[in-house]
Amino acid sequence: MNVKTWLCVLFLLLPSALRTQGYAGLGGSADGFDIPQPGYQFEFPRDHGPHSGFRIEWWYLTANLTGEDGRNYGIQWTLFRSALKPLEAEGWQSPQLWMGHAAVTTPETHYFAERLSRGGIGQAGVTAAPFEAWIDEWHMRGTDPGSVTLSASGAEFAYDLTLTAQGPLVFHGDAGYSVKSADGQASYYYSQPFYTVEGVLHLPEGDVAVTGNGWLDREWSSQPLAADQSGWDWFSLSFDGGDKLMAFRLRGERGDFTSATWIAPDGTTTPLPNGSVSFNPMDTARVAGRDVPVQWRVTLPDQNLDVEVSAITPGAWMGTRFEYWEGPVTVSGSHQGRGYLEMTGY
Amino acid sequence: MTGAVIQALFSHWRRHKLQLATLLIGIALATGLWSAVQAINAEARASYQRASDQLALGLHDELRDPSGLIPISRYVALRRAGWQVAAVLEGPLRLNGRTIQVMGVDMVAYPALPAVTQIERSQTPSDPADMLTAPGRLLVSPELAGALGAQDGLPPILQSDAVPPDLILTDIGVAETLLEKPGQISRLLVLHGQPRGIPPLSDIAPELERVAASSRLDAAQLTDSFHLNLTAFGLLSFAVGLFIVHGTVGLAFAQRRAMIRTLRALGVSMRRLVWMIMAELTLLALIGGLLGLILGFFLAGALLPDVAATLRGLYGAPVDGQMTLQPQWVLAGLAMALAGTLLASGQALFRLSRMPLLTGAGLQAWRGTATVHRTSGLIGVALIVGGFAVGYAFDGLIAGFAMVGGILTGSALILPYLLSLALSAFQRSASRPVAQWVWADMQAQLPGLSLALMALLLALAANIGVGTMVSSFRLTFTGWLDQRLTSELYVTAADNQQGQQIARWLDPQADAVLPIRSVELAHETGPLFLYGIADHQTYRDHWPIIASTDGVWDRLHAGEAVLINEQLARRANLWPGDTLTIKEGHTLTIAGVYSDYGNPTGQAIVSMPQLDRIAPGADTRRFGIRIAPERATEMAQALRDQFDLPRRAVVQQAAMKAQSLAIFDKTFVVTSALNVLTLGVAGFAILTSLLTLWTQRLPQIAPVWALGLTRAQLARLELARSVLLAALTAVLALPLGLVLAWALLAVINVQAFGWRLPMYLFPLDWAYLFALTLLAAFVAAALPALRLLRLPPADLLRVFANER
Repeated sequence: MNVKTWLCVLFLLLPSALRTQGYAGLGGSADGFDIPQPGYQFEFPRDHGPHSGFRIEWWYLTANLTGEDGRNYGIQWTLFRSALKPLEAEGWQSPQLWMGHAAVTTPETHYFAERLSRGGIGQAGVTAAPFEAWIDEWHMRGTDPGSVTLSASGAEFAYDLTLTAQGPLVFHGDAGYSVKSADGQASYYYSQPFYTVEGVLHLPEGDVAVTGNGWLDREWSSQPLAADQSGWDWFSLSFDGGDKLMAFRLRGERGDFTSATWIAPDGTTTPLPNGSVSFNPMDTARVAGRDVPVQWRVTLPDQNLDVEVSAITPGAWMGTRFEYWEGPVTVSGSHQGRGYLEMTGY
Repeated sequence: MTGAVIQALFSHWRRHKLQLATLLIGIALATGLWSAVQAINAEARASYQRASDQLALGLHDELRDPSGLIPISRYVALRRAGWQVAAVLEGPLRLNGRTIQVMGVDMVAYPALPAVTQIERSQTPSDPADMLTAPGRLLVSPELAGALGAQDGLPPILQSDAVPPDLILTDIGVAETLLEKPGQISRLLVLHGQPRGIPPLSDIAPELERVAASSRLDAAQLTDSFHLNLTAFGLLSFAVGLFIVHGTVGLAFAQRRAMIRTLRALGVSMRRLVWMIMAELTLLALIGGLLGLILGFFLAGALLPDVAATLRGLYGAPVDGQMTLQPQWVLAGLAMALAGTLLASGQALFRLSRMPLLTGAGLQAWRGTATVHRTSGLIGVALIVGGFAVGYAFDGLIAGFAMVGGILTGSALILPYLLSLALSAFQRSASRPVAQWVWADMQAQLPGLSLALMALLLALAANIGVGTMVSSFRLTFTGWLDQRLTSELYVTAADNQQGQQIARWLDPQADAVLPIRSVELAHETGPLFLYGIADHQTYRDHWPIIASTDGVWDRLHAGEAVLINEQLARRANLWPGDTLTIKEGHTLTIAGVYSDYGNPTGQAIVSMPQLDRIAPGADTRRFGIRIAPERATEMAQALRDQFDLPRRAVVQQAAMKAQSLAIFDKTFVVTSALNVLTLGVAGFAILTSLLTLWTQRLPQIAPVWALGLTRAQLARLELARSVLLAALTAVLALPLGLVLAWALLAVINVQAFGWRLPMYLFPLDWAYLFALTLLAAFVAAALPALRLLRLPPADLLRVFANER
């Protein structure tokens, strides 16, 4: 149904897709929504909860896992919030819409599921304290985001995991004010990249006990992309030495815009401005009728980083109403490690 | 040679233009009436399918609460347990004096809706945010959009032809405001692709019942019997039309015998001739069929609005009042015309192919003989017996129609034999020579007229049968309305709380306030409406019970027994003394069965406390109010003023009856129209037969004329003959019509609608029909009689001349 396709487009805020939908205006004005400002003072636990004055927001968790069978697995758990109007109301009248995406990636297969709901009725939402983010029976729940249980299920898969943060929250850009284009579009953006994870994946071939590392991204904004930007490539990499890198490239007609954060093992961050990191697709795979770059060369001279990032499962395609690629990767070269890659707009 | 044969064949039609016209009209009428019925059926069925597709119905199981609406908290509980369900809230909305169904779906969760897709893809897509946030948008068909016009207080309207007629499609958030049912859900759709390991329904929402998509009655199933009825009538009209074709083709072939003999003598092979005549008939069938299709299209267009109104009124089935031309309908109509023409000409063609080369050009050969009469009479008897046997041995609507078909066809085949017997009897009793000649002459003419008379018999029998059925039904229905609608006023409150207030307020002012409470249950026999009634003399005095045990009301109110409607009784074969399991753990003895016309679903009545036990929480919003009839109007107004009720919430008995009868009358508009048309076709068949016979009349009349009878006398006898044969046929049609009426009332109706009606006789209608028949026969004979009157004596004399 088109309302739903449109909702997903709204969620992912892809200007090119919006143009084909004949729907314009998101890239430019914010229609009464709040706009991120530099110098914002984060306050917790309040900011773990939703910000209904902003148009769009997400709780985005990915984890690289190793099974008791020694194999690589990845999971995704995402809750998006999108507001049709900058307010909240009771019942069906609520203009707040919620979308959940969940996936399990095995070395061979990619399972995914999608959920949609509107706010106001209790079917989906987020509370800051005690912390709970949920849609339908999927949830991420704990006293605070530092220690949560996580579950989701689809027709073919389910998972039940426990996540414990081993380090502090990490703020991207200028103390959490993350610029997204040369024109100054920005979002609030912080992460918890230090989760240890354990639990069980329920797969068609049987249950698998897993352990590994997780990464939560929290981001909200009202107009994060410039009108000419058509998609992004986003990397979250954890190196064996304990360092981590968040890096993304927004592809635009006027050239790419990049941004990154180097995260030391103790959580100290080094924001890396536009142009610091370079991204080169090495090889593509034919996925869902498109050519998607599943092997990358990522270089960051400042940190003597020159690595090859390869998808573990090239077919990690999210065939949801709005489609994108999201899956676990391995890192080799100057640094070794694992991570997650998200690519939209292909 | 082929060219010459074609010329020869066509020369016949050039010389007999009236015959050609008759043939074409015959084919056109047969095809037209049949195609009209087919078009109506196809259009209605397409409407159901469209509505079902447009609302994505019939693909998903549903969850319902038998005792009423589902609170939003239940929906969230199901969702949070993993159940993938989509909420729907629906209900009637009274706007501009018409009731419109509102269907509010959770646009975020509901499966794809064509109307929404269509609007999104249109040139000027609306912002979907408008659809989901106040005031929202209403999706309606262009027709309804026009009717709604500028309506104050309604959200903006978006037009889409992908919305069924008489329905407002909108988001559930808009619907809950329009219908004043905030936070309520009518039903939940169980979506495809449920996640792994969801808990069973009984753990989360035990009060909800899962109804499988396949077990729900949809419009197409509900209206099946209605459409089968129409089809049967269409077939009858088709058959009557074919009699005309048969008669005309037979005559044309007879008249061509000389020409064909000549052609054969010239060396054209019989094989070749038969093929060319087949080709000729095919061409004529296609032309006639095309004319018939045009006729059928306009006829269907004229009848469809009434049919649509009927289907909406009777079954709530969504039907457009608009005709569209379907290619398959055109093809089917032409095929029917072709098949019918060839069928009707088969006998004539067969005889022609067997004609010895040297046979005389006489016209007698194509007519039947006494032996043929006896043979066809025997076949007729066999058909009648077979028809009754089928009706007796098998159940179901098809068997019912097979029985009626057998009886009708069989009777038509016996008719010539019976007429011949009657004429023989008259002949024997006649003493004067002229009278003897008249009877003998009629006997001789009978074979040529018998087909037309068969058509007349069928048309008359159908008229009497259907007329008796409709009138009996109407009489029963009127009486039943009087029994059922005993309260002077009916009031519907906005909610239970207001219901209680109204009941309290009314109590000192009215003779009695009778709550009308019901719930819809999913029963093994299909949807079942369970009613609870108060113990009041009104019910004991008036309720239309057709079968009961002793002390039915006492046992009902003691909570021991249940009353069920006739539809349920017949469908499940449950009668007083049997037991009915309404819901698990609630089994009651059936104490009585009551008639319940115009309702396709099963119904049961229990005492009020019993209803509360079976389905706690049933609404108490509707009441019947017993009051002195002269106070009804005043009280209705007082109620509206006191509780600020909309007009429609308080209805007077008289208005309700009038509305019910109006729906009833509309139901049979189409039937009556087809009836009249069939009779018209039969009249036309007589005319064509008489014109056919005319050509051979001269040699028969001339000697009588020469013996001294004047032309005026002969013309009068001509008229009398036609009228008398019609009268005899009508007399025979009466018992046949009554048998047909009985079959319709006691067999077809039971199968189609689930109720059996008592049969009443309407002699005045018969007299009227009889007069109409005589008039038709008189008019049909007038033209040949007039010709006879004006015939130059020279023509009659020429009969005796050598050159003939």
